[in-house]
Amino acid sequence: MSVSMMVSQLAGGMFVSVQIFVVTLVFSLPLGMIVAFGRMSRNPLLQGIVKVYISIMRGTPLMLQLMVVYFGPYYLFGIKITNSYRLWAALIGFVINYAAYFAEIYRSGIQSMPVGQYEAAKLLGYGKMQTFFKIILPQVIKRILPSVTNEVITLVKDTSLAFTISVLEMFAIAKALASSQTSLIPFAAAGIFYYLFNLVVAVGMDYAEKKLAYYQ
Amino acid sequence: MKLMEMNHVGKAFDGVPVIRDISLSVEEGEIVSIIGPSGSGKSTLLRCATMLETMDSGELIYMGEKAAWSDETGKMTFASKRDLKRICENYGLVFQNFNLFPHFSVMKNITDAPIAVQKRDKEEVYRTGRELLKKMGLEDKENAYPCQLSGGQCQRVAIARALALNPKILFFDEPTSALDPELTGEVLKVIKSLADLDIAMVIVTHEMAFARDISDRVIFMADGVIVEEGTPEVVFASDNERTRSFLGRYGEMLK
Repeated sequence: MSVSMMVSQLAGGMFVSVQIFVVTLVFSLPLGMIVAFGRMSRNPLLQGIVKVYISIMRGTPLMLQLMVVYFGPYYLFGIKITNSYRLWAALIGFVINYAAYFAEIYRSGIQSMPVGQYEAAKLLGYGKMQTFFKIILPQVIKRILPSVTNEVITLVKDTSLAFTISVLEMFAIAKALASSQTSLIPFAAAGIFYYLFNLVVAVGMDYAEKKLAYYQ
Repeated sequence: MKLMEMNHVGKAFDGVPVIRDISLSVEEGEIVSIIGPSGSGKSTLLRCATMLETMDSGELIYMGEKAAWSDETGKMTFASKRDLKRICENYGLVFQNFNLFPHFSVMKNITDAPIAVQKRDKEEVYRTGRELLKKMGLEDKENAYPCQLSGGQCQRVAIARALALNPKILFFDEPTSALDPELTGEVLKVIKSLADLDIAMVIVTHEMAFARDISDRVIFMADGVIVEEGTPEVVFASDNERTRSFLGRYGEMLK
């Protein structure tokens, strides 16, 4: 098999990897905000539940979580697992895992805001929603951007874990090609792919940080 | 007409009383200074008046409308959310450390609340904003961000921001305590220039000469109570032992 054929096969996996990456971000970023509010809730029951959820998500391997989401429905409820559920399971697993991490990042940002900002907003008559979305959130985003960049870069590499439930993403295909062709080229190609992907992410996040550097 | 009235207000933190049975009222256009040693409850009084703190007892009235009151059993009741929103429009507060919004330009700091909260016409608000900046001597700082300004300039923006909402009464919580003497001077000058705006002002300050010059009435607080109040002439020449010991050299100098 020629190198160009390998690359074209890998390209298919690349698409799946990017898909997992994008879907995870699109859903886990807002979901993380909701989780963060649950974590900061004054209702002890809600706060307790969210604490346990975050603790499990951070305390167990993502690989294991993906397996639980994929095989769980069968072992727990006897629901037959279809082939098309594979990718769904991966997406669900990634979203609920990353939402937990993002929630803690949001919480750190929100709790680092000086109380004076809330007081000034209150005195000026802003409602709760206006205060959060106009005054607090924009400043929180600036503060947490470096931590978010870290998570996003980790996510790029973590997408390769989807191969544990046989989702045909980049890494799974590279592994299959490497053994069938007894060549290390697929792994090298995969490595370059992940590196370039993260380079784009890092440059993009750096740009965003610079954009927000107009105030302190 | 009384703009604001506080009757028998008390507030304790963790069981330690900070203000005790304080009654105070402010008339239209009146300028009141509150002086006293640190920890005497001056700031807490202001924070209760602006409802940043919830008072434990007493009543708070703006323009004859009750914002908060305690019944015979001592339980506090607050006006409904809708009423409070209207009542809050009567007053503004200038903080010791400005609390400007760092991600907004100077102009946006001033104009955003009138547009987003009071739903006023954008053109008119911007015109008012420019006038206020001119009054503050900051007409060239419209597009600057707070981090590019000196402390004195920040405080003047904060004053403009509070004035843009057209309050009837403006509270100042030690507006110059975070500033060096030079910057203090420029802020005090601006506050003095507001005297003819016909807005009532209640100023917590450690600037004795300023308090004496600008005030219609001076209130001396210590240990959570009002020790003495009256015209600057009366309070600064007081024979009260507590007042004299606080004013110390100031009192001598001003005599």
